[in-house]
Amino acid sequence: MKIGIYPGCSLTGSARDYNESVFALAEAFEMDFVQVPDWNCCGATAAHNLNKELSLALPARILALAEKNGLEEIIVPCAACYSRLVVTQHELKKDPVLKNRVSEILEMDYRGTTHLLNVIEWIDKYIIPKLDGRVVKPFNHKVACYYGCLLVRPNKVLQYDRAEDPQTMDIVMSKIGAEPLEYPYKTECCGAGFSVSRTDIVSKLSGKIIEDAEYRGAEAIIVACPMCHSNLDMRRSDINRHWKREFKIPVVFVTQAIGLAIGLSESRLGLKRHFVEVGIS
Amino acid sequence: MSQNDHHTENNTLAGSILKNVEVHAQKCYQCGKCTAGCPVADEMDLPPSMVMRLLQTEDPANEEQVLRSHAIWLCVTCEMCLSRCPMEIDIPSMMDYLRQRSMQEKKVNPKAKNIIAFHRSFLNSIRFTGRLYELGLIVDYKRQSLNLMQDVALAPKMISRGKLHLIPDSIKDKAHLARIFKKTSKKKNK
Repeated sequence: MKIGIYPGCSLTGSARDYNESVFALAEAFEMDFVQVPDWNCCGATAAHNLNKELSLALPARILALAEKNGLEEIIVPCAACYSRLVVTQHELKKDPVLKNRVSEILEMDYRGTTHLLNVIEWIDKYIIPKLDGRVVKPFNHKVACYYGCLLVRPNKVLQYDRAEDPQTMDIVMSKIGAEPLEYPYKTECCGAGFSVSRTDIVSKLSGKIIEDAEYRGAEAIIVACPMCHSNLDMRRSDINRHWKREFKIPVVFVTQAIGLAIGLSESRLGLKRHFVEVGIS
Repeated sequence: MSQNDHHTENNTLAGSILKNVEVHAQKCYQCGKCTAGCPVADEMDLPPSMVMRLLQTEDPANEEQVLRSHAIWLCVTCEMCLSRCPMEIDIPSMMDYLRQRSMQEKKVNPKAKNIIAFHRSFLNSIRFTGRLYELGLIVDYKRQSLNLMQDVALAPKMISRGKLHLIPDSIKDKAHLARIFKKTSKKKNK
């Protein structure tokens, strides 16, 4: 089965582990991914902070390329890219003048018809129905499911899960044998794009998310966003310095947890690339 | 109460916000939920509810304070304020607009220097290759921010884990990206 995918820049670099686990799952469940041809960066935080038109034109190019190449549905594993693409579709749908202006900038037709799936929606649609009999190594661990901001907000636009205390990732995790904990930091912000420019803020905010997960006895924090992962994992030594603590809890992508449960190897799922050792598999 | 019951003058900052991003500052009744849920409120010189109040006064001195604030750059667009606002005021979209106005009017708070340097380096990186080149971004950011020693320990660890490209990953139609950047560079936000 062929499904479109927009990996986004992080997945080719700092979130290569996430990319490996997404592609490993696709292969294990017999899906052929077709990348949006010649895809570009979505513009991320920088574009919408500095230039509104650019912040719509960059995602619109990706969507127009998907349309042009007949990809009616695309999975967007990065929660931040997913947000930019969904928000762009929403903005251009409600404002036809802006939509024409963006088509003009792109010199391409843009219809806004592509169906976008975040990683949990993709798992729900294509993996959960085929999971029966595949779980050979149940993920028997207490977990804190951390959704971050952009998987659930802006909730009126995304219309995905509950904005406060979402459940979709918890349900997926329980299906592979995990015990999702009550966790009030599910949708608190990790500091997002301030990783480099205000590492102090990221250390403070990400530290709160980690501290509460450890306090509740979680053995892993489960994430679905490369930006959340890099702040909680790659920035761990900054966080530990800021908090004067030695937080040890690993941060695992939901796709890696599923991969482990169906018997894929750690290296295949990119788990060896993490900064914080994942000693629970 | 309908939107029309809250009057906003066109030539004020609140009026420009209404016109450009359809966010009605006068609808705020100061419940403070945005500030209570904002993850960076305690770092801000003006927490979000205070920004709303200053805009409501439609007083030029207060508008100046908003455009020169550090707060508008500290907003991390987590969207928590919008999801909790009883009046559904889109503060994050308003913040995007205020940042762009602040830049155009050259009123950027000096404390936001590094945040803006990072955004600029990010856009510089994708302008030429179409995709983010993380190593190039870090080098350009260091050049702009002069934080030369920052993260020198991190880069080798990223490289050994295969998490940092040494060569940029470039799209084919770079000319197309260049045209998109060019056409969107003209500012008309007032």
